[in-house]
Amino acid sequence: MRVNFLIILALTLTACDETPPELGGAAGHEESGGAPVTAPDAEDRVARGRYIVNAGLCGDCHTPLTMGPSGPIPDASRLLSGHPETIVLSAAPSLPPGPWMAMASDTMTAWSGPWGMTFTANLTPDEETGLGRWNEETFIATIRNGRHMGVGRPLLPPMPFQLIANYSDDDLRAIFAYLQSIPPVRNRVPDPIPPVTAAGAATSDSVDG
Amino acid sequence: MPAALALACSLVALASSGAPVSQVAFNPPLTLRETGLYADWERFETAEGIFSFSPQYPLWTDGASKRRFIAIPPGTAVDASDADAWRFPVGTRIWKEFSFGRRVETRYMVLGPDGWRYATYLWSEDEREAVLADPRGGDIAVDTSTGAPHAVPSTSDCVACHGNGETPVLGFSLLQLSPDRDPGALHSVQRAEDVDLGELVRIGALVNLSARFLARPPRIAGRTPTERAALGYLHGNCGHCHRASGALSPLGMQLAHEGAALPEPALTTTINRTSGFALPGAPHAPARRVDPGHPEASVVLARMSARDPLTQMPPIGTHVVDGEAVRLVADWIRELPPSRQLENEP
Repeated sequence: MRVNFLIILALTLTACDETPPELGGAAGHEESGGAPVTAPDAEDRVARGRYIVNAGLCGDCHTPLTMGPSGPIPDASRLLSGHPETIVLSAAPSLPPGPWMAMASDTMTAWSGPWGMTFTANLTPDEETGLGRWNEETFIATIRNGRHMGVGRPLLPPMPFQLIANYSDDDLRAIFAYLQSIPPVRNRVPDPIPPVTAAGAATSDSVDG
Repeated sequence: MPAALALACSLVALASSGAPVSQVAFNPPLTLRETGLYADWERFETAEGIFSFSPQYPLWTDGASKRRFIAIPPGTAVDASDADAWRFPVGTRIWKEFSFGRRVETRYMVLGPDGWRYATYLWSEDEREAVLADPRGGDIAVDTSTGAPHAVPSTSDCVACHGNGETPVLGFSLLQLSPDRDPGALHSVQRAEDVDLGELVRIGALVNLSARFLARPPRIAGRTPTERAALGYLHGNCGHCHRASGALSPLGMQLAHEGAALPEPALTTTINRTSGFALPGAPHAPARRVDPGHPEASVVLARMSARDPLTQMPPIGTHVVDGEAVRLVADWIRELPPSRQLENEP
């Protein structure tokens, strides 16, 4: 059985004008009065990767929000480092009555829905907790196949890998090059939590009698 | 100034396998008949030039029985110059047939000039016809006592498993076709008509195989028969992803038996090695991939024993735990001396 969902969340964040351009904030957008976003020289792989990551809003989920004086802002000290390990969430929240499907933490890094509870990944080049040991092949296979490290468990909502899988190999290489260039942040993101704890999985013993 | 932030998120349920297809352009035949597998569909006799083979360490697919066939274009041969990455001639066709009491599915791969192409065919209940499956894959009902469905792979699943090593051909390889077959190998079936290394060389279908592999056919040098069988099972069921090359190479966990490497990488990269995966109930405690003497504390066994999509291994193509394999690998871990990893350090 396949279930496809498409949701569009429109979130009004009161303090986005404080967001530095590095984090994809409003300062880089034409509508804010700044210079329009343009693609940098294609030869500059890291710069192109930064452009794609910012234009693609990767940081909206992978950089934790923190509360600023005027509202939530991306935490520049934890750029693209995923769900903070210090925020331990072990049980999914209950949805309120009504047609609601998903909930997000106030950091926008933990999500809960029919798929279980998911935590956005640490994309920094930290060797132990991020992508420091990954290579291009691993990164591209992850996006192309929609599986962790290219061959493992399925990537889970809200990661829109179906969209990113349409990027060219060059663009994916540029994204990876940029992610490898940012400061490493040691932050061990927890594994996703399934919606129902697996119990009594079928085994071949019952097949064979 | 307030700013609106819009996220367009495509949410796909766990059961979905509708990942984008990432293989070369391919318009596969619409029916299995058109692939040329059987010359006689009444008696299911294969066409001339098609060989049957059975890897000694087969992949577990929820108890399905399987038959495998390969066709190499006339006048060509498989090149075994690289013992771990045989090169196949353009036009090579390979089929794998899955049965649960009756034929259910046949997977097909063919090597075109620009790479391997994949398709799968679903059989009618009367086994008269098999037609091209939806490339997005999905579960189909089969008649088994567990009630578990059979997982038909999406085309991207094909690529995820087969496109991850030096060669996409997984069961037709040096160790799998060795005539020195492991009597302890799980689920192994050998048919009289199956070809092995010696036969392939004799008929000229396999060339440039080092003579040493014929003089001394390859085998896993297990310390005990249990270890030989356990490492063989891990090779056949895990080694196509957990190998020295490919997307999972950064993990440094090699379950593939490659070349004549001693000690076995499956020992040196698992025993007493810290896993990045936490055991259930201990989310913050580092666990070992294989904890000698302690199967209950070994991540490899925990993940083999799971079938929730976030934990299970293998992650693709199975809904039913292989109980025999769990017992075999548990026995192997239980018999490992605590110092085993140190003995095998390079």
